[in-house]
Amino acid sequence: MIRIENVTKRYPGGQEALSGLDLSVDTGEMVFVTGHSGAGKSTLLRLIALIERPTAGQVIVDSQNTRRVKRRKIPAYRRQIGMVFQDHKLLYDRTVFDNVALPLIIAGVNHRDAGRRVRAALDQVSLLHKEKQRPETLSAGEQQRVGIARAIVTRPKLLIADEPTGNLDPDLSLEVMRIFRRFNEVGVTLLIASHDISLIDRLGCRRIALEDGRLQQESDPWQ
Amino acid sequence: MAVTRNADAVAPVRSSGPLSIWVTRHVSTALGSLGRLARQPFASFMIILVIAVTLALPAAINVVVKNARSVSGSWDNAFDFSVFLKQEISVDDGAALGRLIGQRADVDKVDFISADDALAEFKKQSGFGDALSQLPGNPLPHTLVVRPGAGNTSESLTLLQEEIGNLPEIDHVQVDTEWVQRFHAILDIVRQAIGIGAGLLGVAIVVIIGNTIRLDIENRRDEIEVTKLIGASNAFVRRPFLWTGLWYGLLGGLMALALVHYGLYLLEGPVARLSGLYQSNIVVASLGLEESAAIVGLGIFLGLLGSWLTTARHMRRIEPR
Repeated sequence: MIRIENVTKRYPGGQEALSGLDLSVDTGEMVFVTGHSGAGKSTLLRLIALIERPTAGQVIVDSQNTRRVKRRKIPAYRRQIGMVFQDHKLLYDRTVFDNVALPLIIAGVNHRDAGRRVRAALDQVSLLHKEKQRPETLSAGEQQRVGIARAIVTRPKLLIADEPTGNLDPDLSLEVMRIFRRFNEVGVTLLIASHDISLIDRLGCRRIALEDGRLQQESDPWQ
Repeated sequence: MAVTRNADAVAPVRSSGPLSIWVTRHVSTALGSLGRLARQPFASFMIILVIAVTLALPAAINVVVKNARSVSGSWDNAFDFSVFLKQEISVDDGAALGRLIGQRADVDKVDFISADDALAEFKKQSGFGDALSQLPGNPLPHTLVVRPGAGNTSESLTLLQEEIGNLPEIDHVQVDTEWVQRFHAILDIVRQAIGIGAGLLGVAIVVIIGNTIRLDIENRRDEIEVTKLIGASNAFVRRPFLWTGLWYGLLGGLMALALVHYGLYLLEGPVARLSGLYQSNIVVASLGLEESAAIVGLGIFLGLLGSWLTTARHMRRIEPR
């Protein structure tokens, strides 16, 4: 699903966030990327989401070389990927329902279908009863679940999440991870950046550790 | 799951037909933008008022010029002018000349006033009857009062007067309508000036709307970033702002119409009084349907142009960080 080949990302000023990184994620996997802040986790996800482009190397997502995705085609490319952010990135001037519906509206799904799918997505994160509320009236954990519902409402094959539990306490974090796990069980590929190692160990998923933009260690509980 | 050609249809999302998507999106975006304006009624009203005044000003002056033209225009071509014959022309020759001129296509009718009739009339009206009786002869010439045909333009009128003036029997053509022509020349200048002024005001509207939308974009920067992050195209994030510009222009245009009509309503009384003084029937012509549509259409066009230019500049720059 994801192939990173010898990718280097250098920022103006010479600072290297990723240096010759190689890794791959198979379809249907749930993989964690760990490392200290500044290790290159976010950069990796940003390259996959085409928020940035690599200085060198190839990023191949679902057999598409991102190098060949033209600027004009980036929106359509992003619509294939579900994205979850540490700060949720919700729109606070509209309801939970409208937030989750946004990707469908962007994709041009008709109203009736959109309503059904938004409710299905909210149901999966157990927030169906809060669809009419505004995000600021929800707890941090609930807001993150709204963010997750928005990421999966278009039923993407790939979901990437950048520190999705960064602002949550351990119980809420575990709950969020369980939700991710359920998506994984129905075939969604997940790539999650996190530094919460104890939590990751409890889930028993493959872990990719980055340090200074390089692969430090890979561990697979199944091997 | 390759990026599809149709930017809207992305597997596995099942999309509706392109046309119905287009219509639904625009309707909901249009209503959304209108709702946004309604949520800040005072600020929106102020901007709409500025646009309305800017549109109403040239429109109102144009209406005034049009009215002045139609009033003076009715004088222009219907005005009689006097033709004084040379002293040596006899009554019969003068009357014959009058009939000849009366046959011209561009002349409605000619009245022949003999020198004697003129004197008699003058005696009666001036009250100098006795004094005039002391004169040795009649100092007045025979006169033709020429009424030009209604189809004359100011050019053909001048030509007619010149041709008559060049006849050997004619001493002098007295035209009392020169001031009307001068007045028309002034109106033409005013009209030109409005054209130039309206162009500048149009630029002002584009700038006002552009600037308002720019602030709006800045205020919603986070929202635009998030929307782009989850796959919205430039066109998608741009659409509500284009609609905002369109609404500003449309509402500004409608309010401009209201302002012009209200102004004309205020003028109705004084004009009726003036009309009474001149014992004529001056009716204030208002804005026609076409002109009204043109004002509203211009408002919409300028609103769209302002928002188009602004969004084109700013939307590309706002990218997720």
